[in-house]
Amino acid sequence: MSEPELAHAGLNLGDTGELTKDQAENAIFGFWIFLMSDAVIFALLFATYGTMIASTVGGPTPASEFKLLPAFVETLLLLTSSATFGRATIAMKYDEPRRVLFGWLGATLGLGLVFLALEANDFATMFAHGAYPMRSGFLSSFFALVGLHGLHVAVACFWLVVMVGQICAYGLDARVRINLLRLGLFWHLLDIVWIAIFSVVYLQGNIG
Amino acid sequence: MTVSAPLWPAVLGRFGWQDLPFVRAWENPTISELIGAFAGALVVVGAVVVAALLTRYGKWRYLWTEWLTSLDHKKIGIMYIVVAFVMLSRALVEAVLMRMQQAVAIEHPGFLSPDHFGQLFSTHGSIMIFFMAMPFLTGMINYVLPFQLGARDMAFPWANSIALWLTIGAAGLMMASLVVGEFSTGGWSGYPPYTERAFSPGVGVDYWIWAVTLGSIGSTMAGINIACTVYKLRAPGMRFMRMQMFSWTSLCTSILMIFAMPPLTVATLLLALDRYLGFHFFTNDLGGNMMNYANMFWLFGHPEVYILILPAFGVYSEVVSTFSTKDLYGYTSLVIATMAIAVLSFTVWVHHFFTMGQSANVNAAFGIATMTIGVPTGVKIYDWIWTMFRGEVRFTVPMLYALAFMMTFVLGGFTGIILAMPPLDYLVHNTLFLVAHFHNMLIPGLLYGMLAGYHYWFPKAFGFRLDERWGRIAFGCWVVGFYLAFFPLYVLGASGMARRTQAIFEPSFRPWLYVACVGAFVLLAALTSLGIQLWVSIRDRASTRVEAGDPWDGRGLEWSVSAPPPEYNFAVLPLIDGRNPFYDHKHDEGQPDPYASPSSYEDIVVPRGSATSVVIGLAAAVAAFGLIWEIWGLAIVALQIVVAAVVLRSFGRDQHRTIPAAEVAREHEKWLARVRATPAIPRQLETAAVNRGLAEIVA
Repeated sequence: MSEPELAHAGLNLGDTGELTKDQAENAIFGFWIFLMSDAVIFALLFATYGTMIASTVGGPTPASEFKLLPAFVETLLLLTSSATFGRATIAMKYDEPRRVLFGWLGATLGLGLVFLALEANDFATMFAHGAYPMRSGFLSSFFALVGLHGLHVAVACFWLVVMVGQICAYGLDARVRINLLRLGLFWHLLDIVWIAIFSVVYLQGNIG
Repeated sequence: MTVSAPLWPAVLGRFGWQDLPFVRAWENPTISELIGAFAGALVVVGAVVVAALLTRYGKWRYLWTEWLTSLDHKKIGIMYIVVAFVMLSRALVEAVLMRMQQAVAIEHPGFLSPDHFGQLFSTHGSIMIFFMAMPFLTGMINYVLPFQLGARDMAFPWANSIALWLTIGAAGLMMASLVVGEFSTGGWSGYPPYTERAFSPGVGVDYWIWAVTLGSIGSTMAGINIACTVYKLRAPGMRFMRMQMFSWTSLCTSILMIFAMPPLTVATLLLALDRYLGFHFFTNDLGGNMMNYANMFWLFGHPEVYILILPAFGVYSEVVSTFSTKDLYGYTSLVIATMAIAVLSFTVWVHHFFTMGQSANVNAAFGIATMTIGVPTGVKIYDWIWTMFRGEVRFTVPMLYALAFMMTFVLGGFTGIILAMPPLDYLVHNTLFLVAHFHNMLIPGLLYGMLAGYHYWFPKAFGFRLDERWGRIAFGCWVVGFYLAFFPLYVLGASGMARRTQAIFEPSFRPWLYVACVGAFVLLAALTSLGIQLWVSIRDRASTRVEAGDPWDGRGLEWSVSAPPPEYNFAVLPLIDGRNPFYDHKHDEGQPDPYASPSSYEDIVVPRGSATSVVIGLAAAVAAFGLIWEIWGLAIVALQIVVAAVVLRSFGRDQHRTIPAAEVAREHEKWLARVRATPAIPRQLETAAVNRGLAEIVA
């Protein structure tokens, strides 16, 4: 009796054998489920933001605080970092020279760090205007939502550094490959969440 | 509420001498404080006695290497259930205290202070849901699920162990709150703005926040693991529609965990932001909106009810089918009903706050959605009844629990219909009617189910059966105690007695409160009987061994291996060709003999134990403790240990151990020889001493 082949449909790991494929299938599938559960957290913070957007209690408002240009630059940085991470994944899949892989991973890390720096600068500017999270329900929900995304990016950057260490220690063994795929999924999810933040928070704040 | 000057704030945070219950009892020796000091002493003495016994018998190393650091799903499952029983004991004693207080506090202050009473109902609820029910069902799924799927382990053994240790760490925080400081008085649902700093400045709410947060993160991880195990680790040929019902309910429960636990984490963490950093999510002023909390908490809280109940439904399906010697009636409808319940559970959360001011249309929509859940649940009840119809029903202890469940749960369902109608809900809102209703659902729908599963699978896990006589005594006490303790609450609630009341000013409530108090003592007797049963069963285990592994003529694959099973579960992974693979192979002509020697064996890879998961769970609890007491240095160091342990583990290699084929073959052949030497016994003798775990085959 033949069972339908339900293999993980994502980017495969190249010719690394049946065992690795099985391991990858479980590990990547499990990580997808984790991401869905993480997405629920963001969904709730978006919903909270939506219900609190008018709770400015006489303090700073979306229109007074959100600058479209830096947010747009941050969007471009993150989208580019997804592309560079994708390129790193391809370098892993086709066993390109190690320096190519490190190059693309380094570029991704750099873009992530610049994004974090710009975001920190945005926050600092807002703080200087008196727009800090304790000021109103609106600002609490803004800093929780955008701050949690920033925290995720920071964790992803830390994870990327750990992965570079693992590649140096073990080369591209099965576990390193699987972990890089997971980190890639995580990184791309953060981009998707950011696009939602850019639309719901920054565009709505400036235009809507 | 304790008011005390902090000692050395730089080192001990906001801790002061007054935070020790012993000091409070010394300075102010009321009965309420003495009870608190006694409970705290019990925790300390209990911990010291356990540590002393382990040292005395030199069992530390054994406990550490064989159990605490184990990644074996069977041992993790058993440890979960041990935690559940410990916490059940504490929370049941608290329930008895509350019932006693209400019985004596009629036009009288009673013996518990209002603050102490508030802590009791908060810990009772929090523990019963998060540290009794959740560990119990997670442990049972952990133990049974891989067997039923024909798998050797869970999908992520290490994450499994972390989930366990986060739960243990959180349960430890609950215990610490008895010894250092106080617990929340905000109930198990911790509604702001009462639980905001402005109204609850003490450490109690912080204990609640961090214990619940750690527990919910652990449950999310457990859910991901369970779902992934079902989706990816089924044995060859184990199609979805061939899975045992318990596997189905485990899958649906795990999906609920994955999507329902994050809202709880968000709710508690936003509350923490309010309390620690002065944010305004749920405050009264500056734009806070506590209805957001109600929505998020019940977006978790309602599916949670089905997280708790679905595994019990799975247990009942197995038990009713096995002890009626019949295939489960309406398997497909049971599967569909399970999924329908899982989906509907996300559509009803607003019925938890019908009275909080949303429009009548919203209430009507959620009222109708709520009543809809009665349909698939009814399908299930009928399916179980039809399974018993013309079956050879044997009234073993698990079957008794299943029968008591069916009758009691239906009664609870009727009262649920009353609560689901917004106009009627307005009348009994916030009264003991509600308390009676949800205990009416959760005691048969969770506790009886878990106890049925405990009796049913105990021989599989430990190789000997539980004592039948004490099992029946415990069963009788649970059922009688339940009716005595909770049915008076319907009367009291309908008469308008508010829940969480510390003193009563209506003398006509007296007889009902007395009956409820007696019921609480009967429930305490039930728990005691379970303890005696365990002791008697261990003492007499020589006469109840079932090493052949199939004492109940079971259906699922878990019965096809020895009891207790080998570390790798299956010497050879089974091939599945039907819905009841093991049962059909035993009973049907021309099927392969389930006890035949396999043609060949293979090396089996199992995970090695790991100390990192223990470190992660306990360090997370220490970090939480630091946050509770505002000992910032401790919190930071402990968090760094958590991160370091994760990174360290990710650098580890060689985390598996190979059991050579020769060893597997030797063990398995030895067991098969023992099975062949075991006399098969008919069903009428299954509770007698002759039952050695091999069922007589009746064609």
